[in-house]
Amino acid sequence: MMTEPNTTPIVEMTGISISFPGVKALDGVDFRLLPGEVHALMGENGAGKSTLIKALTGVYGIDSGRIVVGGVDQVFAGPAEAQAAGISTVYQEVNLTDNLSVAENVMLGHEIRRFGLIDWHATRKAARTYLKALNLDIDPKSSLSSHSLAVQQLVAISRAMVVDARVLILDEPTSSLDSDEVARLFDVIRTLRDQGVAILFVSHFLEQIYAISDRITVLRNGSLVGEYTPAELPRVELVGKMIGRALEVLTELEGRSERAVVDRSGTPFMQAIGVGRRGSIEPFDLDIYPGEIVGLAGLLGSGRTELARLLYGADHADSGETLVSGQAVKLRNPRSGLAKSIVFSSESRKTEGIIGDLTVRENIVLGLQAERGWMRRVPRKKADDVVAQYIEALGVRPANPDAIAGNLSGGNQQKVLLARWLATAPKLLILDEPTRGIDVGAKAEIQKLVADLAAQGMAVVFISAELEEVLRLSHRIAVLRDRHKVAELVNSDDVTTDVVVDLIASGGTSA
Amino acid sequence: MATDEMTVKARKQPEPKLTGAVHRSRPTLDRRYLPVLGTVVVLVLMLIIGGSRYDNFLSGRVMANLLINNSFLIVVAVGMTFVILTGGIDLSVGAVLALSTCISAWMFVHGWPAYVAIPAAILAGALIGWAVGVMVHVFEIQPFIATLAAMFLARGLCYVIAPESIPITDPTIVKLGTRWDLGGGWAITPSGVIALAVVVVAFVTLHYTRFGRTVYAIGGGEQSARLMGLPVARTKVLVYVISGTCAGLGGLLFAAFSSSGYSLTGVGMELDAIAAVVIGGTLLTGGSGFVLGSVLGVLVLGLIQTIITFEGTLSSWWTKIVIGALLLVFVILQRLLVVRRR
Repeated sequence: MMTEPNTTPIVEMTGISISFPGVKALDGVDFRLLPGEVHALMGENGAGKSTLIKALTGVYGIDSGRIVVGGVDQVFAGPAEAQAAGISTVYQEVNLTDNLSVAENVMLGHEIRRFGLIDWHATRKAARTYLKALNLDIDPKSSLSSHSLAVQQLVAISRAMVVDARVLILDEPTSSLDSDEVARLFDVIRTLRDQGVAILFVSHFLEQIYAISDRITVLRNGSLVGEYTPAELPRVELVGKMIGRALEVLTELEGRSERAVVDRSGTPFMQAIGVGRRGSIEPFDLDIYPGEIVGLAGLLGSGRTELARLLYGADHADSGETLVSGQAVKLRNPRSGLAKSIVFSSESRKTEGIIGDLTVRENIVLGLQAERGWMRRVPRKKADDVVAQYIEALGVRPANPDAIAGNLSGGNQQKVLLARWLATAPKLLILDEPTRGIDVGAKAEIQKLVADLAAQGMAVVFISAELEEVLRLSHRIAVLRDRHKVAELVNSDDVTTDVVVDLIASGGTSA
Repeated sequence: MATDEMTVKARKQPEPKLTGAVHRSRPTLDRRYLPVLGTVVVLVLMLIIGGSRYDNFLSGRVMANLLINNSFLIVVAVGMTFVILTGGIDLSVGAVLALSTCISAWMFVHGWPAYVAIPAAILAGALIGWAVGVMVHVFEIQPFIATLAAMFLARGLCYVIAPESIPITDPTIVKLGTRWDLGGGWAITPSGVIALAVVVVAFVTLHYTRFGRTVYAIGGGEQSARLMGLPVARTKVLVYVISGTCAGLGGLLFAAFSSSGYSLTGVGMELDAIAAVVIGGTLLTGGSGFVLGSVLGVLVLGLIQTIITFEGTLSSWWTKIVIGALLLVFVILQRLLVVRRR
């Protein structure tokens, strides 16, 4: 199944296990990394990729197992020790300090000294050399924060090379880069690989994995699935190995060609007439009927979130009128939205959604509690029932109400967030980017859930940057551009991403 | 490999956006210096106002006294700058300074020579700083609480050692206050020289050592600093040791200034030091600021006091009101800078 390598591994991890309270993050995982290869680590959110990386770099201690680096048994107490052993990591969120200059970020801790004091001239010159090696022609004296995320990412890699890395770990380095920037990063990766650096690459983008990897290791639920070469592992099989059973859900959803016809004869659940807010979104009309999924399509910054916030009362409109079930209402704050059974699941899961320090149970009950008011505590029995019901229905993993929400993977946090709002039995569910940053499996499950909820009569506003997803789910699509609602179309098989992209590009005039 | 290199070269030209901000048109002043520049402007304005309103205000004597009378505060503010740069705070410095005066006074009274008493007083400050550092880093106690505890501890120890004020007659300490005439009314004391030396050493440490750069990196983001493999633990403990040591040394300078060891010395001085650091342009969130700014901050505070003394009719409480107003202005200014940066 795998080609026998002719070089000895630089990193060999055997039987690695790590547990967190309520979560078994890694369970006897084996992993090896050869010099001069790009090795992709694949798996869903929560499969244990990040944990494995953090075990290798000494951020987490391991409960059991063995880590051999360059033929030496190692137990790293922290990133500093791992770096000393030649293992450098570039994380998804650029972990540099943006209050300092580029040169300092590259050289921090490795500044060139003369007579015990830092020789800034030589240090900047060295930084320039490292930057040049990655074909990065920027002024080392410039402040890091003045550069784009892509450049910062490359600066982070330059820094990794300063310590003479034999192993370079890239944890989702491409998640915020555009395609040109990715191509550029890949050039750098190939150059380093050819110099004999072992590169561990993590990404959610399958195309990128196949473009750059020499070998692929797949994890699922904290366990090793296997090690493969890209040639012997077609994409479909890779996805299958990553998500296991969830693949069926995905294909089921893909196959769903007939869309339920929404009865638009009665009163819409919500009617927005000329609702707008200065500086946020121009006045728009929008009707949302029970059982209908209205997708909002548009580029980043086109006003998708702003529109949703007006519907929910998070911001209050300065023009227009909102009717709920035919009656005029004033939505001044999230509470008034909640009182009308309108709930909003924010796009920033971490800052506006999940409370990481609380348990899954506490997070789910929050919505119910808010609806009852803080004076009337939700009885424990009822809370337990509700929580158990939604953990089961949404397939939250681990299925442990006492797990700390912050320890869950992104997809599972999203499910907990959904459970919170579904527990309040809403009539209108507004989902802002519910599937961002989560893996294919969980994504499919959440999409299916949304479709099912609508089929049961719930009105849904669905926001996503992924047009395919909006098209797959929505009955109607509102197209936004530059904080204008430029078009609204009924979804059918004739509506393709090209149609919507044209609408966005033309600003609705061609429709 | 060869083809890879070719593609790399081919890409080089058409990618101007990846070169970032280098090509920004006119050479602008580095943003990091803006807050300090604000302090300089305030200082100059105050000198102009003072000079135009009062005779002899801009004389060498008044200016020299500004440095001499505030030498202890400069030393304390320098230590505070290290702590605030990491994003921490040290509320214990006023009490530690008092403890240092009490310890030295008590030891002199009990016949200890200066070469024992002076290091002992400074060491006491360093020890308390170390204890605070360990509390903050190892036990992850908020710096506010850890240093508050240290403040009560140090203040309490003062009363144990010196319930009453103890006069200091030790020649070494007295000598710290000798005025060396520099002509034209200008003068300097050994205390002033020590303060200036501390500033120079602190400046070099912050800007020309790896330790100093780590201080800034921690202020910029402790998590990032840790992941970059920097010695975060050691550095965080050390900044509190530095602050404690500076407070201990400041106590000796204050003892020279007041010729006594007294348990009620320096009540609220930690707040003066924090005010000086903030007015000097250091962000309370850490990662941005300069030790020279803190010196300017102390001089601004000193000037306010001088102006109010010259005014004569004003109650000295006006000093506090002006400091409060200035502090507010500077904090709002910093906030605006941070907001604009985003």
